[in-house]
Amino acid sequence: MTTFGLRKASALPGFRVTLGVTLAYLSLVVLIPLAATFLKTATLDGARFVSIVTAPLVLAAYRLTFGAAALAALINLVFGLLVAWVLVRYPFPGRRLVDAVVDLPFALPTSVAGISLAAVYAESGWIGRWFAPLGVKIAFGPLGVLVALTFIGLPFVVRTVQPILEEFEREQEEAAACLGATRAQTFARVVLPALAPALATGFALAFARALGEYGSVIFIAGNIPMKSEVISLLVVTKLEQYDYAGATALAVVMLIASFVMLFLINALQWRWQRRLSAPRTPARSNQATQGVTATSATSAGSATGGSR
Amino acid sequence: MSDAVTIPGASARVRPEALRRANEPRALRWALTAGALAFLGLFLVVPLVAVFDEALSKGLSFYFSSLADPDARAAIVLTLTVALIAVPSNVVFGLAASWAIAKFEFRGKALLTTLIDLPFSVSPVISGLVYVLLFGAQGWFGPWLAAHDVQIVFAVPGIVLATIFVTFPFVARELIPLMQAQGAEEEEAARVLGASAWQMWRRVTLPNVKWGLLYGVILCNARAMGEFGAVSVVSGHIRGQTDTMPLAVEILYNDYNFAAAFALASLLALIALVTLGLKVFAERRLAAAAIAHR
Repeated sequence: MTTFGLRKASALPGFRVTLGVTLAYLSLVVLIPLAATFLKTATLDGARFVSIVTAPLVLAAYRLTFGAAALAALINLVFGLLVAWVLVRYPFPGRRLVDAVVDLPFALPTSVAGISLAAVYAESGWIGRWFAPLGVKIAFGPLGVLVALTFIGLPFVVRTVQPILEEFEREQEEAAACLGATRAQTFARVVLPALAPALATGFALAFARALGEYGSVIFIAGNIPMKSEVISLLVVTKLEQYDYAGATALAVVMLIASFVMLFLINALQWRWQRRLSAPRTPARSNQATQGVTATSATSAGSATGGSR
Repeated sequence: MSDAVTIPGASARVRPEALRRANEPRALRWALTAGALAFLGLFLVVPLVAVFDEALSKGLSFYFSSLADPDARAAIVLTLTVALIAVPSNVVFGLAASWAIAKFEFRGKALLTTLIDLPFSVSPVISGLVYVLLFGAQGWFGPWLAAHDVQIVFAVPGIVLATIFVTFPFVARELIPLMQAQGAEEEEAARVLGASAWQMWRRVTLPNVKWGLLYGVILCNARAMGEFGAVSVVSGHIRGQTDTMPLAVEILYNDYNFAAAFALASLLALIALVTLGLKVFAERRLAAAAIAHR
């Protein structure tokens, strides 16, 4: 049987046409352009490639991008769990509105987010002015990068944890309490392990998104060479200088990083679904896995979605 | 799960105390709620309000005159045009892909599903760059395009292509899980009862997925109108010609024309708010449809 051949006969029409359209469109829009980028790098000789991707300016950009992305994902891990917890467990007036607002970073164009964050976190801005007397400069430096990456990664952890928390049976917590556990023990030993895969996925999604972020970062970063330049900005700078070889080399490094992240996220979700479906009755597990697929679809969808 | 730990007879006595211990004290609840709201306030609400505050900082008349500026109007028209091409193409693709993937079993299905998601994991800057490398002056097809006087990169076609790339998965990935969950029985029944392929799709499939489709279209459109990184790389930044709204915001901002930049940004922020509202609406309809379908 060949690849993309039907495994079993179906009474439904349209398989060949729809699959043909899908493969043609996917190849034209995504696969061929991406493959062309890798081919372009192959025209560079090895030593040249290495010297481009390990230049001091580039190394500083890796450090900032990976560091700030990890830190921002960590902030979102903690506060995303907090927000999901409050939204699921504590009814308060305006909860539905707050729930809708969480998706703002997916919907707001990144250039709008960028100029607005820069205005708010600048020394004279609404939030920046409270930090300025303390000698903390947020906008136009590395801290600004952290703020922007926290903003764009904010919905990921909330949206992966929220549905799992909603499905979580309170009886498990009550049982732990009955058996003498304190609230903190119950949280650490019963609730947190159940949420761990969702937390890990949310963290990975936020981190992956932050690695390639451009729009929201460049306005608030100040873009000081060696200090607050992210990798995506270096790609654009090289393009503007008509250094296509340099831009392509960096792009390939970034592409490999994002493919590794994609692989990790898929592996995480695969394990998560198996774990969810293992101990439960068939009907229950089916529902749970569906919940997960739907979430990962919407979260990662809007996720990397929104507007960069 | 609960029956595994319920102790008959004893549970009635233990339960109230356990319930108390299975909940956080009131003070902690307040503190956690306040913490969550403060975080969202600092990172989401304050910047959102600031967009409108800055936009109106020079008064209403300046606000409207900066939106009526020819370059701003051209940017608005271009943004709408790009979305009007990119969103329908991805809807057609999404409907085709979800039909093939959700209703049939074939080899390579998992791989195909992963490949459809690929654009989401690619940095927006690189999503633009790939088209420059393909169609730019130094790109694979550059010389041929130049010889035939066709310009793709640094012109509107490039902007459309980059937008299609970044919004590629939205519709498909909403429809695939939805159509998989619904199965193929209803369509098969329609065929058995003599419906043509078109009748079956129009009367059975489409009504079943319409809210999921709407949901995907809303997200796809928001991203198409708001895309910055990818479009920035292929646009060439010709004022009044190849500037979409998000790009025009950047240009005005870099010209220190802050009030005008924020005025245009406020329109995009309004689109974002409408998107969020429609999204909540579509989500509720989807949930209601899922319950009705069960």
